Amino acid sequence: MELIMAIIKPHKLDEVREGLTELGVQGMTVSEVKGFGRQKGHTEIYRGAEYVVHFVPKVKFEVVVAAEMAERVVECIRETAHSGQIGDGKIFTLDLEQAVRIRTGETDDQAL
Amino acid sequence: MQQLLTKCRRAGFWVAAILVLLPNQALAASAIDSGDTAWLITATALVLFMTLPGLALFYGGLVRTQNVLSVLMHCYVIACLASVLWYAGVYSLAFSDGGSANAWIGGLGKAFLAGVGSDAASGSIPESVFFMFQMTFAIITPALIVGAYVERIKFGAVMLFSALWLIVVYAPVTHWVWGGGWLAEMGVMDFAGGIVVHTTAGVSALVVAMALGGRVGFPGEVKPPHNPGMTMIGAAMLWVGWFGFNAGSALAADQSAGMAMLVTHISAATASLVWMVMEWVRFGKPSLIGTVTGTIAGLATITPASGFVGPFGALVIGVAAGLLCFAAVQAVKQKFEIDDSLDVFAVHGIGGMTGTMLTAILVLPVLGGMGLAEGMTVGQALGVQLLGIAATVVWAGAASWVLVKICTALVGLRVEREDEIEGLDITSHGERGYEI
Repeated sequence: MELIMAIIKPHKLDEVREGLTELGVQGMTVSEVKGFGRQKGHTEIYRGAEYVVHFVPKVKFEVVVAAEMAERVVECIRETAHSGQIGDGKIFTLDLEQAVRIRTGETDDQAL
Repeated sequence: MQQLLTKCRRAGFWVAAILVLLPNQALAASAIDSGDTAWLITATALVLFMTLPGLALFYGGLVRTQNVLSVLMHCYVIACLASVLWYAGVYSLAFSDGGSANAWIGGLGKAFLAGVGSDAASGSIPESVFFMFQMTFAIITPALIVGAYVERIKFGAVMLFSALWLIVVYAPVTHWVWGGGWLAEMGVMDFAGGIVVHTTAGVSALVVAMALGGRVGFPGEVKPPHNPGMTMIGAAMLWVGWFGFNAGSALAADQSAGMAMLVTHISAATASLVWMVMEWVRFGKPSLIGTVTGTIAGLATITPASGFVGPFGALVIGVAAGLLCFAAVQAVKQKFEIDDSLDVFAVHGIGGMTGTMLTAILVLPVLGGMGLAEGMTVGQALGVQLLGIAATVVWAGAASWVLVKICTALVGLRVEREDEIEGLDITSHGERGYEI
């Protein structure tokens, strides 16, 4: 199993969710985060004073999928979360040791 | 049964007749006008509403999340403190007869409202109502200064400074302008507080900000307002409440009050649009915070003029407020690098002074105004207005500087750096504004 973690632009979340659902992904966990990459934040102006805003709001989500699906899932996320502008985000893949469904006790691929 | 009912009806008739006659007798004797009184009671509520929660929310939205409660606390506690001090003696110092010193200050004859019973009158309204109405001004003025020292002031210093400031700055200046003091004798025109409220608060704020030093990270690394929506809500409450502030200062429910409300509104709306357009032109985007700041600038600037100018004058004042206060915000923060954090001097100080000066010109009937006092020329009027401003700037500035020194010595002025970074809400008040 692979845990695929992606940091994307908040407004792209719905598109990504739809794409992954079509692929057969059954669940995901979403959190609101902030961060910066090479983009390094920006300045905002309030009442004429410039404020340096280092962190940009992003959405981080995680899905766990069977190893065979991982590549397709990564490709799907890359397509649906893409806008072409700075700040599109990143996708990380981690090897997952174990998964358990709490309600039934099923493990690994049965738990997904 | 029939006879009993008839007797009751007859008795009722006489009771009604007596009731109808008596109040008129009482009214004629003390000259209390119920219309004036009703309006002033309402205006009092409106002006208190300006502080609680208007100003509190306006300022609250402009600070970081970890300081929002501290700002609400400052406004709330100052309201309570000023109320008690007003009763204890500040009202007396401002508005009672000071005998030989009456040009400069009142006496303590009305401390704890001695001799002021429920029948006491102040013109056509009960003195209790006049006391309350003026009290709401004494509340909001020190609360305005909060904007200069947010996010780094010690709470004890807030209390001590505000208390002393009311006695040493607010009471005398009020007495000079409204309490029969020397400026009143000279015919200064300050309808609702361009000098008494906005100039005193603005100048004192600047002095405190300079003495305190800037926030950690000022000027380049300061955090933006955490809740512009909260600020807009506060600004809206201030706008509505300001009808009580300016129209109530007519101390009557009459045409003066009506026109004061009208010009107040025109100035607020105009200044908002001017500020909005200036941001649009200069920064590319018109912001909510900028627009509502323009509103407050317009309201502050019309305040001294509200009983003296007409609608055209209000338009002029609105434009002037938008332009000058906008420029002043940049100048204080960027050119002079003074961390008057919430721009009290730029908006209230500059606004109040501008409006006070413009009153001398816009009062002229040819410009729609109410006309100068008998025997006064424009030149003289300008001179008196300027003198009033200058004297107030000097007194408020010098006194505030001394009070800062006293507070620093007695309680300390500024919190520790780590506390400032972590936030005053949790470090000074043990509370969090938001549970995440």
